[in-house]
Amino acid sequence: MKPPVFEYHAPTHIDEVLELVAQHGDEAKPLAGGQSLVPAMNFRLARPSVLIDLNGIDGLGAIALEGDELRIGAMTRQRAVERSDLVGEVTPLLSETLPFVAHPQIRNRGTVGGSLAHADPAAELPAVALALGARFFVRSQRGTRVVEADAFFDGLFSTAMEDDELLENVAFPVLADGQVTAFSEISRRHGDYALVGVAVSLSVDSSGCCERARIGLLSVGDGPVLAVRAAEVLAGEVPSDELIRSAAARAGHDDIDPPGDIHASVDYRRHLTEVLVRRTLAAAFARASNGGSA
Amino acid sequence: MANQARFPVRGTINGEEFEREVEPRLLLSDFIRHELGLTGTHVGCEHGVCGACTVLLDGESVRSCLLFAVQANGRKLETVEGLSQGDAPLHPLQEAFREEHGLQCGFCTPGFLMSLLPFLEENPSPTDQEIREALSGNLCRCTGYDHIVNAVRTAASSLRDAETAGAE
Repeated sequence: MKPPVFEYHAPTHIDEVLELVAQHGDEAKPLAGGQSLVPAMNFRLARPSVLIDLNGIDGLGAIALEGDELRIGAMTRQRAVERSDLVGEVTPLLSETLPFVAHPQIRNRGTVGGSLAHADPAAELPAVALALGARFFVRSQRGTRVVEADAFFDGLFSTAMEDDELLENVAFPVLADGQVTAFSEISRRHGDYALVGVAVSLSVDSSGCCERARIGLLSVGDGPVLAVRAAEVLAGEVPSDELIRSAAARAGHDDIDPPGDIHASVDYRRHLTEVLVRRTLAAAFARASNGGSA
Repeated sequence: MANQARFPVRGTINGEEFEREVEPRLLLSDFIRHELGLTGTHVGCEHGVCGACTVLLDGESVRSCLLFAVQANGRKLETVEGLSQGDAPLHPLQEAFREEHGLQCGFCTPGFLMSLLPFLEENPSPTDQEIREALSGNLCRCTGYDHIVNAVRTAASSLRDAETAGAE
């Protein structure tokens, strides 16, 4: 189908965007890569009366190191992040995950900020942002505020951003000494929405003990889910097959309340979550014992 | 419904300049077909799943059904018509699809070709696994994909040969 009529704005400066979103509130939608919004408009599931095209704004597409964080501008194309050597070096979890995000044709347009602000429960990047503990720089005419990942995602397609706010950039912590990460997902075909996905970040000390774990899950709830109970099992423990199994079981049984649909039943999603968390944790711990490299 | 304001869109398609005024809600896929008259770009699902409408925007493969025509302002577009114009021989990629029976009804083929063009430029010697992953964003309901994989392998080889011959 074709999208309904809308008022189109193509501002060239972020101040104009902030003025437009302040003026139009929830009537207006920012258009980033359009890879989720335009299909929704074509289906007429979304009918924004005002569309604010962010593609002509300079300065929202940069990838830069700032202290111990990697700042990624909201309009950075997913493909640019995937191809960035800097990203591979300092936030390898992003590089490992991006090939799982849809298809190259989608990643050529799709943006990091668009995916995070859209907060699709089946999207990979929100789960990665949770696992890494990213910080979201959210801007409005009232100023800029920083929202932690744990507070940013707020249910189905919903974030902590107000109607007059725009996601400007996202800060991902640079991989620390002793930190290892891993990602995996199961989908029916490569590039399809995943039935379940797992992003893991572990801090392992020099004796091999797991100091801290963060496990982000996708497709098992209203939004990305942080598997807090599974992480508690790991904290302060020396990893073993037994420990990993028990953490994975907590993730599959206690951390999630997954939906059932034609693609996977509730029980199957719990089973997949347990299996994938076990495999992904094992992969990450193996990286830790190999000195951080795969 | 009130008439929408129209916006200028100017760029190049297959090396030729175009200039039109469009409603902002006009999809790039419809603009290419109905305004520019290039009907080689096919429209399948109109929600970014099937890949039939894939074109190149500044050299990168994109879904033209997920872009508004107005967003192509100042940009370079390439469609399947640009692969072999007039009486010129088929592009090696097209030739390989013909040789290897990489198409039956042909509806999906333009999208496959435009997805594969930048893929083979970036990865001239892909493995079968890489080929299958590169094809994952395009649906074909006729071939069962095996013949398409064969065609990509053949195309990669003939493009490499042409590159070597050109370098000598």
